[in-house]
Amino acid sequence: MTFAIRPLLQDYRQLFRDGLWDNNVVTGQLLALCPLLAVTGTATNGLGLGLATTFVLVASGLLVSLFRGIITPEVRIPVFILLIASLVTLVDLVMNAYLYAMHQALGLFIPLIVTNCAILGRAEAFASRQPVHRAVADGLAMGLGFTLILVVLGAVREIPGQGTLFADARLLLGEGFAWMELTLIPDYRGLLLMILPPGAFLALGFILAGKRVLDARRSARTAPQGATAATP
Amino acid sequence: MTTLLQPGYRRRVGYHATLLGGIALLASAVLVIADLQTRGPIARQEAAELQRILEQVLPPAMHDNRPGEDRLTLKSDEGTTLVYRARQGGRITGVAFRVTGRGYAGPIRLLLGVDPQGRVLGVRVLEHRETPGLGDRIEVERDPWITRFDGRSLGDPPPAQWAVEKDGGIFDQFTGATITPRAVVQAVRDGLRWFDAHRDRLLQPDRSPRPPETKPPASPVRHPGGGSGQAGPVWQARAAAIHPPSARETRA
Repeated sequence: MTFAIRPLLQDYRQLFRDGLWDNNVVTGQLLALCPLLAVTGTATNGLGLGLATTFVLVASGLLVSLFRGIITPEVRIPVFILLIASLVTLVDLVMNAYLYAMHQALGLFIPLIVTNCAILGRAEAFASRQPVHRAVADGLAMGLGFTLILVVLGAVREIPGQGTLFADARLLLGEGFAWMELTLIPDYRGLLLMILPPGAFLALGFILAGKRVLDARRSARTAPQGATAATP
Repeated sequence: MTTLLQPGYRRRVGYHATLLGGIALLASAVLVIADLQTRGPIARQEAAELQRILEQVLPPAMHDNRPGEDRLTLKSDEGTTLVYRARQGGRITGVAFRVTGRGYAGPIRLLLGVDPQGRVLGVRVLEHRETPGLGDRIEVERDPWITRFDGRSLGDPPPAQWAVEKDGGIFDQFTGATITPRAVVQAVRDGLRWFDAHRDRLLQPDRSPRPPETKPPASPVRHPGGGSGQAGPVWQARAAAIHPPSARETRA
């Protein structure tokens, strides 16, 4: 049996393309807005939630895909929820026990992951119908795409809101990352609106609009030559 | 597609029930095992964390014992409180206990250190679920806000000003979060009141957990070096007057 590596790579490229841009959890599917709007006050918090969610997405993709052979459509939703909730609880316990410092920083985000409909969405729409390796790759791609938007949205809110970027990054990633903490505008009073939930809605609106503009431009440019956009 | 290819038994109610029940059982089993396995490490981590925080609310310079091991369980009308005691030469130079405030998203658990005069030695957050980026500035690692309690007591500021600025007090709130600092201010104030109400029992240097190598508690007035000038002799004389040695003996 020959192992075809080239189609596999192309397949993965498409998966990541979907996760990061075309079908991004937030800008493509408009999912996961509740945790998104809640924690993106700073880019660091966005990164924290993004990393934790990525991990759960990958693990839930793996589990759901493994169990897909025995799960019937009638009970799939409760089964997925059970798996995801157990997984999140497990992550919480293990991190608390063995990665205490990280748990101190990320602990607040972990319960938020359960409320993330994107995870159930990927389990339902993708992992339950795909082989394990694709489900895992899709989880990773979707998680990274989510992280990207969280960090961008966090930065867009943090800079006008507090005049800083990646504030408190060392609490999340360790002292080695203190260089990430930038104060862009010293002695800045801060634009409270951007830190509060309305700021999240505003910033998200601009990000969504920006993506549409870019997509529209790209399709206008590539339309005459046909669908060559898949290979950049 | 999968629906069509399903074998007959999979369409029975019994299969659904067994599947769901089986997975629930499996998930519970995994979680029970994980809970049992992680309970020990989590308890150790929390003990280490408590020790670290205790050192912040009971400065090491003012005691020669290990407050984390010098515990007193005090029963009062408010319930049972575990108190950690700092001693210098057997004499109590500070106590620390937990207080709880009602935060925006659940209880905020704090550790409050108080010196014998009822002044705050330090307050630190043990546990909270406040909004990241807004309410979490009560953590000292993020913001020095919580150190503004240091040195305060029930009379300083006067009772009416033991509140956030929005409520006419002297403690500033955070932009966008008032409930969280308000909860902390109230919790600290209530903790000081509780200390005041139980001061005598809290400061009674009953049995010292450290056997004879240190000074026996019967002569608490003399202390070596006099390094801990904060806990002045005024209080000591007063405590000794209220609790003559005989009373202490009976308690022990």
